[in-house]
Amino acid sequence: MKITFPHIGNSYIPIKALFEDLGVETVIPPKSSKKTLELGTKNAPELICLPLKINLGNYIESIAKGADTIIITGGCGPCRFGYYCEVQKEILKDMGYDVDIIVLEAPEGNKKEFIRRVSKIANTKNIVKISKSLKNAITVLKKLNALEEMVLKARPYEVHENEVDKLYNNFIDKLEKSRGSREMINHLNNAVEMMKEIKLDKNREVLRVGIVGEIYAVIDDYCNFDIGKKLNKMGVEVHKSLSTGEWITEMLLFRSMGMSKEMKIWEAANPYIKTCIGGHARETVGNTVLYSKEEYDGVIQLMPFTCMPEIVAMSMMPSIQEEKNIPILTLIIDEMTGEAGYLTRLEAFIDLLRNRKDKRISQTVDS
Amino acid sequence: MPIKVGIPSALLFYDYYPLWITFFEELGADVIVSKNTNKEIVDMGIKNTVDEACLPVKVFHGHVLDLKNKVDLIFIPRITSVSKYEYICPKFCGLPEMIKYSIKDLPEIIDTNIDFRKSKKNLNRTVMEIGGYITKDVKKIKNAFEIAMKEYSRYKDLIKKGFLPIDTLKKDIYSKGDFFRGKAKVLLLGHPYNIYDPHISMDLVQKLRKHNLTVVTCESFCEEAMNEKAATLDKKMFWSFGRKILGTVLSAIKNDEICGIIYLSSFGCGLDSVIGDIAERRIRRDSNKPFTLLTIDEHTGEAGVDTRIEAFVDMIKWRDEHENNLSPHRKFIHSN
Ligand code: SF4
Ligand code: SF4
Repeated sequence: MKITFPHIGNSYIPIKALFEDLGVETVIPPKSSKKTLELGTKNAPELICLPLKINLGNYIESIAKGADTIIITGGCGPCRFGYYCEVQKEILKDMGYDVDIIVLEAPEGNKKEFIRRVSKIANTKNIVKISKSLKNAITVLKKLNALEEMVLKARPYEVHENEVDKLYNNFIDKLEKSRGSREMINHLNNAVEMMKEIKLDKNREVLRVGIVGEIYAVIDDYCNFDIGKKLNKMGVEVHKSLSTGEWITEMLLFRSMGMSKEMKIWEAANPYIKTCIGGHARETVGNTVLYSKEEYDGVIQLMPFTCMPEIVAMSMMPSIQEEKNIPILTLIIDEMTGEAGYLTRLEAFIDLLRNRKDKRISQTVDS
Repeated sequence: MPIKVGIPSALLFYDYYPLWITFFEELGADVIVSKNTNKEIVDMGIKNTVDEACLPVKVFHGHVLDLKNKVDLIFIPRITSVSKYEYICPKFCGLPEMIKYSIKDLPEIIDTNIDFRKSKKNLNRTVMEIGGYITKDVKKIKNAFEIAMKEYSRYKDLIKKGFLPIDTLKKDIYSKGDFFRGKAKVLLLGHPYNIYDPHISMDLVQKLRKHNLTVVTCESFCEEAMNEKAATLDKKMFWSFGRKILGTVLSAIKNDEICGIIYLSSFGCGLDSVIGDIAERRIRRDSNKPFTLLTIDEHTGEAGVDTRIEAFVDMIKWRDEHENNLSPHRKFIHSN
C-alpha cells in the first residue's frame, strides 16, 4: 500500500511525519503546479470549484509516482466539499485508474467504521501507537503554523532583503528531508529561534491586512498565488484567518472545535449571519468584523469561482464595509485567473489602503 | 384590512405552493404571489444580487423586488433541510441574509428556520412560528395547517398521476388531456425552479411536448424506488435534490420506457456541478440513452438551446427507428 493525499498548503509536512512515525509508505504528490492544474481541469467537471481540480491533478501525479491508495476527507454537507470524494472516485474510474480510495470520515456517525478505516491506513490496530503518532504530528503542525504566521508578520520589516525567505525555505527543505516527527520538531524549534534573531525595522510604515475566505484558497499558496508573500513585498503585514491547523482538526473531528476562539468569531458574525451555512462563510464574516475591531487597514476575501458559502458571505460584505468602516476586496480565483491581473488588483487595493491611512494620519494631525 | 403576505414564485415555490398559499389564506391573510418570471424580474434580480450568484437566486431577488411595495410581509423562510440528514443548498441556508443585505427597505420578512435535518419533531414549532406572524390564535394556525396539508397532498396526487407542477398551475387542468403527449418518454432532470419556470427554462417542457414526447421528471418517479436506488451510492447523498436526481437516474438507466435524458443545469450551481457530473458518468457508463446537459444562465440564447433540443430529439427518433428494426419485440419485454 502506497498512500497519497491531496495538497493543501504545507499540510504534507505533518502528514509525512505521521505516516513515517507509523511506518506507512507514502507518496507525496509533486508540488502543485501549472501541470497539476491542467491535469485536474482537463478531467474534472467544468464548473466544479477550483480545489477539486487541483486535488485531482495531485492524485493523477501521485499515481504516476506509484501511489495506489488515496486518502480523501469526507463531510456531510451542505457544501460540495463533502461530496468531493465521490466525484473524484467516478472520475478516476472513468479514467481507468485502479486505485483504492479511502474516505476518512464516520459515515452517518458510524465511529466503528471510522476506526476501521483509520487502522487500515495506519496499518495497525494499535490505538495507542496511532494516537501517539497523531499527537506528534499535531505538534509538528502547530509549530509549522506558528512559523508561517511569523513569516507573514516579519517579512515587511526585514532589514536585509529576503532574509526571512532564505531562512524559511531552508527549513522547509530540511523538513522535507527529515524522517519522522522528532527530527521535524527539532528543526522547527530551531527555526522559530532563528526567526526571532532576524533583524527587523519596526519603525517602518506598514499596513496590516487580514485574509478571510474559503479555507483552501486562504491556506494554499499555489491556489492564491502566494498572496501573503505578494502583500509582504508591498509592505503589508498579513494575517490569515485560517490555517492548516483548522483544516486538520476539522477533518479529524468532522466539526469545528467550538473553542473559545471560534465562539468569539461567531459572536462577531452574529449581527450578519447567525447559522452555519457550510464552508467557512460564518468565519469569513466574523473574522472580517474582528479585523475591523483590531484596526486592520483592510480585509481580503479569497474564494474559488462559484463557491457557494462564500457567495453568501460576499453579499454581506458591502454592508460590513460600510458599517465597520473597513475596506474589503473580494478576489475570485479559478483556473483562468492570470497572475498579472490578480497582482494589479492587489496593488490597486493596497494603494487605496495607503491613501486612506495617510489621510487619516494627516486628519488627526490637523485636529 | 387583512394582512398582505407576499410569496415569491421562485425557488421552492413549485414544490410547495399549494401548502404555502392555502396556509396563509386559511389564516385570513391576503396572499399575493409575485408575477410569473419575466425579463423585467430577471433584470431586477441581476441588478440587485452579487454577480457570482446563480441565476435562480438572482431571479428570486427579482421576485422579492416585485413584491416589495405591495405587501406587509414577505415569506422568505430559511429552508435548511426538509429531510433527515439532508440539506437543500448553502445558498438556501443563507437566503434571508442575502436578501436583507442586497435589497434595502423591505417589508418585514418571515424568515423562520425550516430545519428537519435531525428530525421532524420541531415541525409544530415551525408552523406556529410562521403562523404567529399573522395571528396569535394557536387553534387557528393548527387548523390552517391541516387544511393546507390536505391541499398539498391533493397536489401530490396529481403529480403522481403524471401531471407536472406547472400543469397544476393552469386553471383548466382537468379539461386538457393532452399533457401526456406521445408514448416516448424523456426524463428531464434539474432543479424544479429551473425546469418548471417557463421563462428560465425557455419553455423546455412545452418544446419537448411539441415534439410528441412525454416529459417526466423526478417528481413523476416513485419516491421509494428512487430512495432505494440512491442508497446504493457509496456515500449518502446529503443534498435532497441530489438524492432525488441520482436516485431517479439510477432507476431510469434500467427503464426502457425512458428514451432520453436531459439535465438542465444552472451555470454556477455548486450542486449541479457535482450531481450533473455523476449523473452523466453513470448514464454514459451504464446505458446507451441519449443524454444532453444544458447549462443556462442569464446570457444563454434561446436559439442555441433550441438547436441542442432538436439534435437531442433527432437522436431519439433515429434510435427509435433503428433499434426497432433490430429488436421488434422490444416494446413487449418491459410492458407493465
Ligand atoms: S467551500 Fe466553496 S470551494 Fe470549498 S468545496 Fe465548498 S463550494 Fe467548493
Ligand atoms: S442549488 Fe444550485 S441553483 Fe439552487 S440555489 Fe443552490 S447553487 Fe443556486
